[in-house]
Amino acid sequence: MAESIKILTDKIGIEGIENFDVYRKNGGYKAVEKAIKKMSPDEVLDEVKKSGVRGRGGAGFPMGMKWGFLAKPEGVPRYLVCNADESEPGTFKDHYLMKSNPHLLIEGMIISSFTLGANTSFIYVRGELMYVIYILEKAIAEAKKAGFLGKNILGSGYDLQLVVQPGGGAYICGEETALLESLEGKRGNPRNKPPFPAVKGLYQCPTVVNNVESISTTPWIVLNGGESYSKIGLGRSTGTKLISASGHINNPGVYEIELGLPVEEFIYSDDYLGGIRPGHELKAVVAGGSSVPILPAALILKTADGNSRLMSYESLSEGGFQSGTMLGSGGFIAMDETTCIVRNTWNFARFYHHESCGQCSPCREGTGWMDKVLYRIEHGLGNERDIDLLVDVAKRIEGNTICPLGDAAAWPVASAIRHFRDEFEWHIKYPNEAIKYQAVYKGDMIKV
Amino acid sequence: MTTDTIVFSKELLEKVKEIIGRYPEGRQKSALLPVLHLAQQEYGWVSPEIMDYIASLLDIQPIEVYEVATFYTMFHLEPVGKNVIEYCRTGPCCTMGGEEVYRHLLDKLEIKTGQTTPDGNFTVKEVECLAACGWGPCFQIREKFYTHLTNEKVDEIINDLSK
Ligand SMILES: Cc1cc2nc3c(=O)[nH]c(=O)nc-3n(C[C@H](O)[C@H](O)[C@H](O)COP(=O)(O)O)c2cc1C
Ligand code: SF4
Ligand code: FES
Repeated sequence: MAESIKILTDKIGIEGIENFDVYRKNGGYKAVEKAIKKMSPDEVLDEVKKSGVRGRGGAGFPMGMKWGFLAKPEGVPRYLVCNADESEPGTFKDHYLMKSNPHLLIEGMIISSFTLGANTSFIYVRGELMYVIYILEKAIAEAKKAGFLGKNILGSGYDLQLVVQPGGGAYICGEETALLESLEGKRGNPRNKPPFPAVKGLYQCPTVVNNVESISTTPWIVLNGGESYSKIGLGRSTGTKLISASGHINNPGVYEIELGLPVEEFIYSDDYLGGIRPGHELKAVVAGGSSVPILPAALILKTADGNSRLMSYESLSEGGFQSGTMLGSGGFIAMDETTCIVRNTWNFARFYHHESCGQCSPCREGTGWMDKVLYRIEHGLGNERDIDLLVDVAKRIEGNTICPLGDAAAWPVASAIRHFRDEFEWHIKYPNEAIKYQAVYKGDMIKV
Repeated sequence: MTTDTIVFSKELLEKVKEIIGRYPEGRQKSALLPVLHLAQQEYGWVSPEIMDYIASLLDIQPIEVYEVATFYTMFHLEPVGKNVIEYCRTGPCCTMGGEEVYRHLLDKLEIKTGQTTPDGNFTVKEVECLAACGWGPCFQIREKFYTHLTNEKVDEIINDLSK
């Protein structure tokens, strides 16, 4: 392996690391001791601000700044909620991190809750990961027994109760206000903003919502200082990032990379993905989870200006929507030349149609239209006007909805047409060929 | 088991009490999702009677339970087979041949999506991405993940669970 820095995954692989004793022997909970015994909440906040760490759930908003916005009215409880809903197609890093090293997240939750002044904090885990919930609950019980959770932590007078909450199988509950609704025992309908959670969140109290990976950086930042963290990575993309890699690559899995790594090295080096499966070549990449624009191989390796593309927030989005994409949640899906872009786009469109909560008509109706029209094209039933219709529907959704799911549904469709229009046209021009191609999938196994 | 006279066992009621205690005073509605999961683990699915009973336990209206149970796809609102196979149908898994393996699974069980085998042993459902994309194709049966699926592996799993 290259001499790369590991902040989140350094302990993964140590035999028995999911047990408190082993984790503790390997330096675990030292950061909690340091934060609670030697630092004030404001001092911790300062380090997090200095680190420049950005939210790892998808939007990339600086974590220290978000924490700074938390309202602190007298006598009103504040909450920290960890977003472990992880449902963005292509993303499985939080799943991996929680099951492999549960105490890291618990440690991060204690530090973050202490900093924000929360006495009850929640980890909202997607319900399908019930076995991970049991792992976390066991870790919490161990930490409590050792005095790191519960009343009067390490004799400091600070109390913290940590609750793991299961979801029920709804992608939309990853959106932070839908998540809060769900945590209150309601349907996961996103809220209108403002008010923002920092002012009125869970139970109408000031609340911070952060991703698993974001919170898990705090132990390292406390131990090593925000400035050291900010020196890792590239420019405003500080630190390391977990990338979930799937698709036609030799080594799928979760990788911790230093931000700024060239995409080409990430894909082809044996330290990372090990290249495309034998006998095949890269056709396209969805770099940040299903919601971000798809890019053809040439544009993911190099920007339109011919610069080498890097794994960073800035480099991936270079070229805007015309020729760039986004880092998003780091769900890196690689596709070789056997992939039908139309089918893949239809698959994602069906996903968003299924997951739309239905509150706003552009999203509810628009995702349905895109699903239907793409189904039609993929199955040799498309007509010439369908491509423009799709572009039009996508445009009408974008920016016209309560939450960003609408945009997330529109971008994959718009970008697939932008970069692979000829494939859509081919399906429409040669319906019989398109139907023959369907034979690969042995007909309509999956109904709309 | 009839469901018209639902009463949770003593252990289950203890567990419900513990769950309610996790939330601030007056916020017991937050216990709804975990309690629905508990009920489904116990009874296999959530019937209207179970939902009414849960409403009484949490001191909320039955409609508040129905609207939640119908929103979240994990809750089975009809009786299901002993093994519910929840098959990932989303992009990355399909890229790795998920659709072909799915076809094989249905052919083997001789049922369609959503149906239950005549012996009541298997129900097949399609679900969206299970956060296991790098290990796909995959499905889930209760809390267990089955990953890196191939036709042969599916045969093995089904044969094992048919014994
Ligand atoms: C439809 C939708 C789904 C989302 N799903 C997730 C998710 O599964 N996990 C996550 O951390 N953030 C998700 N987000 C982003 C959250 O709304 C929120 O920005 C994030 O949890 C904040 O944490 P961070 O600042 O640490 O990234 C989603 C957003 C949208 C619009
Ligand atoms: S954009 Fe879609 S998912 Fe978001 S609130 Fe509107 S209908 Fe619901
Ligand atoms: S696409 Fe199947 S687990 Fe993510």
